[in-house]
Amino acid sequence: MWPRLHPSSLLERGRTLVDSQRGRAIRRNPHLRLGGGIVCLLAIVSIVGPVITPYDPSAQALEARLQGPSVAHPLGTDALGRDVATRLVYGARISLALALVATTVRLVIGTTIGLIAGYGGGVVDAIVMRVVDIQLAFPGLVLALVIAGVLGPSLTNVIIALSVVGWATYARVVRGSVLSVKDRAYVESARLYGTPRRRIARRHLLPTILNPVLVLATLNLGTVVLAAAGLSFLGLGAQPPTAEWGTMIADGRTYLRSAPWLITVPGVAIAVTVIAFNLLGDGLRDVLDPDHLEDRERRRT
Amino acid sequence: MAGVSLLTYGFVFLTPGDPAYTILREQRQSPPSERQVEAFRAEHGLDEPFFVQYLSWLTDAVRGDLGTSYYRSEPVTSLLIEHIPNTLELALAAMAVSLLLAVPTGVVSAVHRDTWLDRTSQFVALLGVSMPNFWLGYLLILICSLWLGLTPVSGSGTLGHLVLPAITLGTGMAAIVTRLVRTSMLEVLEAEYIDTARSKGVRERLVVYKHALRNALIPVVTIVGLQFGFVLNGAVIVEVVFQRPGLGTLLVDAIFARDYPIVQGVVLVTAFAFVLTNQLVDLAYVALDPRIDRRGGEQP
Repeated sequence: MWPRLHPSSLLERGRTLVDSQRGRAIRRNPHLRLGGGIVCLLAIVSIVGPVITPYDPSAQALEARLQGPSVAHPLGTDALGRDVATRLVYGARISLALALVATTVRLVIGTTIGLIAGYGGGVVDAIVMRVVDIQLAFPGLVLALVIAGVLGPSLTNVIIALSVVGWATYARVVRGSVLSVKDRAYVESARLYGTPRRRIARRHLLPTILNPVLVLATLNLGTVVLAAAGLSFLGLGAQPPTAEWGTMIADGRTYLRSAPWLITVPGVAIAVTVIAFNLLGDGLRDVLDPDHLEDRERRRT
Repeated sequence: MAGVSLLTYGFVFLTPGDPAYTILREQRQSPPSERQVEAFRAEHGLDEPFFVQYLSWLTDAVRGDLGTSYYRSEPVTSLLIEHIPNTLELALAAMAVSLLLAVPTGVVSAVHRDTWLDRTSQFVALLGVSMPNFWLGYLLILICSLWLGLTPVSGSGTLGHLVLPAITLGTGMAAIVTRLVRTSMLEVLEAEYIDTARSKGVRERLVVYKHALRNALIPVVTIVGLQFGFVLNGAVIVEVVFQRPGLGTLLVDAIFARDYPIVQGVVLVTAFAFVLTNQLVDLAYVALDPRIDRRGGEQP
């Protein structure tokens, strides 16, 4: 078996990053601070929110249907009298969890395959990259739609569909960075020293490729949130009565004129989440990936 | 393309449950008998082993025959031909919208770098990539159609029907292109020939639009071409929002109806279109930038 990304090595990486000089750059970067702040806020809301709210996300109260924002229901109620704010925080749980799981699966599959291709070389590389090309020949969402549709609508199948679709980019990035470091002197000397291939891959190659992968994954979180909401909106994701942002918009569209808050609220939630992940990703790239230095900094050097 | 077609066809075999059984049950509103299922399988060639089915599908596909819809009993090819123009129209309109928005914004942003103009346009661009396009679609329907009464709510045919979907789809793309135009312009503006032009006394406006923009647009062309896949993705959802009869609505309906010949047909066509545009982009790139030689390497 080829080396996998161990959570402990990721943690270790995170710790060294925070302690290092880069750590200071990370804490100073405005994008990172804003994006990170929003993500933390969202995480807190999704954990604490369901505990605080007095309402049940799927209990119907037909006498209170389609009410505008009020003190009892700060964001109004939907067509079945359910509290929109409550459904929103439960939806945050689903969206964040989904984004994390799907991105992790993509990352693990893609990184492993990229390592195999880059380090294996030759025939292995050729075959693997062919598969990657085929995968990238499909417009992603169309493919995810078909997979989710064929497997049947459910959240698990959305995760499967989004993972099957997204791994190829990681494989490409990882293969590229492996090829760029594979023949450097320190890897060569490790090989001459008789270090097993598996150990070389884990100890010497993995750390170098981790930065671009981390950046990609963070930016990916936002894409996954959007794609998952889109699939749910089409009816292929979370099934009623589960509170999910995409489904909430799909439910609210019938009452566009009479209750515009029903689509506005979850839409804003999705947009804010994606903005946060994008800011976080941009910030991380500025700090971790010297090739993408902001023009300002490039000028200074 | 062979791999693509194999994958496309293979999806059906991932299906939990027997498509023949499911479809017959839904058509007749009652569980079908064993004999009816057998008959349906034989009619649609579902009783043969996978590779036999795949090969016969592929040979027919090459001849332009993608099978017959399970439900509508219409050839898939004619359904596709019927729906493609609508999607193509939407895709082209959206790309036009995005270029019209993105190129001026990107240039202004680069020329006035780090001013409030730049920051605002960058923020708007971030907003653009982060908004779910189906949500934007409904907001536009709400504001333009329901409140202001400017455009029809849904459907297709007239120019009025095209405006909102094109804006919806174009905005997300415009955001990406804006960022790209900005970085590309910034890079070009630092080049020596720009300094040369300036020191010759060429007016600043001319420097920006004639000397810089031309070169800055080269990478933009590539990305805009590659964005075609993004447009196809988005078109699926936007078509559902605006109830436009196109490939997207056809696909979504077929998925829910488990009408696999249509699903396979649409996926194959989109993948083909995607691959084709990528090839065209490569060609355009060589044609636009004489510095790139045809073997793919960049000359010093």
